[in-house]
Amino acid sequence: MNISKIYQKNKNLCFYVFKKFDLLYMTYNKEILSTSNISIGYHSKGKNTIIAENLNISLEKGKLVALIGANGIGKSTLLRTLTGIQKPLSGSVFLNNTNIQEYEPLALAQQMSLVLTEKLPPSNLTVFELIALGRQPYTNWIGKLTPQDITKVNEAMHLTQISSLATKKHYEISDGQLQKVLIARALAQDTPLIILDEPTTHLDLLHKVSVFKLLKKLAHETGKCILFSTHDIDMAIQLTDEIIIMTPQTVEQNQPCNLISKGSFATLFQDEHITFDSEKGKFNFN
Amino acid sequence: MQNSKRNNTLFLVLTLLLLFLFLLNISLGSVAIPIKEVFKSLIGENLSKETWQYIILNYRLPKAITAVLVGMGLSISGLLMQTLFRNPLAGPYVLGLSSGSSLGVAFVVLGAGLLPEFATSLLLSSYGIVLASCLGSFLVLLAVLFVSHRLRDTMAILIVGLMFGSFTSAIVGVLTYFSTAEQLQKFTFWSLGNIGNLSWTSISILSISVFVGLLLSLFSIKPLNALLLGENYAKSLGLNYSKSRLIILFATSILAGSITAFAGPIAFVGLAVPHIAKLAFQTSNHTVLFWSTLLFGAIIMLICDIFSHFPGSDLILPINAITSIIGAPIVIWLLIRKQKMMG
Repeated sequence: MNISKIYQKNKNLCFYVFKKFDLLYMTYNKEILSTSNISIGYHSKGKNTIIAENLNISLEKGKLVALIGANGIGKSTLLRTLTGIQKPLSGSVFLNNTNIQEYEPLALAQQMSLVLTEKLPPSNLTVFELIALGRQPYTNWIGKLTPQDITKVNEAMHLTQISSLATKKHYEISDGQLQKVLIARALAQDTPLIILDEPTTHLDLLHKVSVFKLLKKLAHETGKCILFSTHDIDMAIQLTDEIIIMTPQTVEQNQPCNLISKGSFATLFQDEHITFDSEKGKFNFN
Repeated sequence: MQNSKRNNTLFLVLTLLLLFLFLLNISLGSVAIPIKEVFKSLIGENLSKETWQYIILNYRLPKAITAVLVGMGLSISGLLMQTLFRNPLAGPYVLGLSSGSSLGVAFVVLGAGLLPEFATSLLLSSYGIVLASCLGSFLVLLAVLFVSHRLRDTMAILIVGLMFGSFTSAIVGVLTYFSTAEQLQKFTFWSLGNIGNLSWTSISILSISVFVGLLLSLFSIKPLNALLLGENYAKSLGLNYSKSRLIILFATSILAGSITAFAGPIAFVGLAVPHIAKLAFQTSNHTVLFWSTLLFGAIIMLICDIFSHFPGSDLILPINAITSIIGAPIVIWLLIRKQKMMG
């Protein structure tokens, strides 16, 4: 009896010390996701098709990072690799210093949430129910929402300013509103990392800007790291903290102003009709 | 919050309706027994007429229980399929499970002449038919699992289900050439569906199978809700997709296979009832849909059975005709009325 009690006490103590160290480590280390010389691409019929090599990407807390590149350059492949859906051909992706391929699905869902481009299947889900599904990694076997879960959902709706839509069906709202709802769902999932695939496509200028500003606000206020792919380069230059730029030659990650002074944007599109004006930070078409 | 109040009222009404219909189903038939007497008999009191007691215990009660089990099981298997395949028209039929059962039974009943004497008598017993049916639906399940593993495409699985339907009817067509009129009659009666002739042993086997199927479905509620966002979102929410899909497919095949074995292929219940539940409760949340589909399934099957027994006469119509007459227009009406609701 005594022995088991002592063991129990020590176990708790060990756990406590371990947890403290973990917290200490987390506050000093802002890096959430990193890659070590990965090469990405596809493996089929015994052959490797390499899309990009020697990628070193580092994503830190509280930063809004845009991924840009021409169509077909491999943005989706890179995102699929960073989210662990696809294995890199060589090298590893590390999430909180653990190889992402070693994560259990549930543990991964508590670290990383996604906003995808695919259309939602037809259903009767209300906005509230849709966002509440983001709590699934935390709910019990039947998915019952605790008061804490409901608070998180309400917080997510408040941050994205869609509280008034809560009881609407998800097919009754506009595309711009739906995009915010999907972002709120990712927020409700309460993960340090959110990855979005082209969240501003199909939106008009007004809603593009509002999604960009929302993402920036969320990254800075909640301390999450937000990575998203986009084709709105001028907005990305003005509104993000860092840009990952994919060209046929290299993949670079840096602050927008540094990338401009290095002339990286000029190599983005291999077309004589599109030139980059590095003083204005804008593309010219002639 | 207003919604949950409305739901609770609906659940209460449906439960009371189910209890009432259960008693009504027992009381109606070629010999009408007053509902009061039915109630007395069920709580163990003696009845004024001994024949009534006999009729209730040996005919009416087994039939009513079978109707409830069949209605619940088929409806839930339909609900599981519709969410898993993101297809409002999915059901045990579309997946080909019922076709597989039919094929098994057709081989035993129609192909019996091709087998040696002793095997024939063994297979043509009611147990032989049950076994053949379960085996048929299980083989289709294995085929579907194989295809789904290979293709990872939900539309392809549905097409495979349709192909099984065509395949079955073609084989049955061929078998009819080799069978006697008597065999053909037996198969035709089975395929029309019958929930009236089950022994208590059969009912207990059916109950256990349906219970297992429903229990597996209950544990699939959370994955089903995640699947409302599509496969990729569900995976990003930590869902073990292949495991959940396997459980859902198993639940469906146990429900559809055992029910088809005992009661014949019963059409439209699996397809129509989930839609009625979705329409009544205006939700896609499977926690609500599970219970409402259970209740609606039992209620509708009891109603269909009451109609098939043509109150006050000896005439018994095939249950399959009734479910199709009621079910088919409901599905068409649903499709026209609200495209978006389906799901």
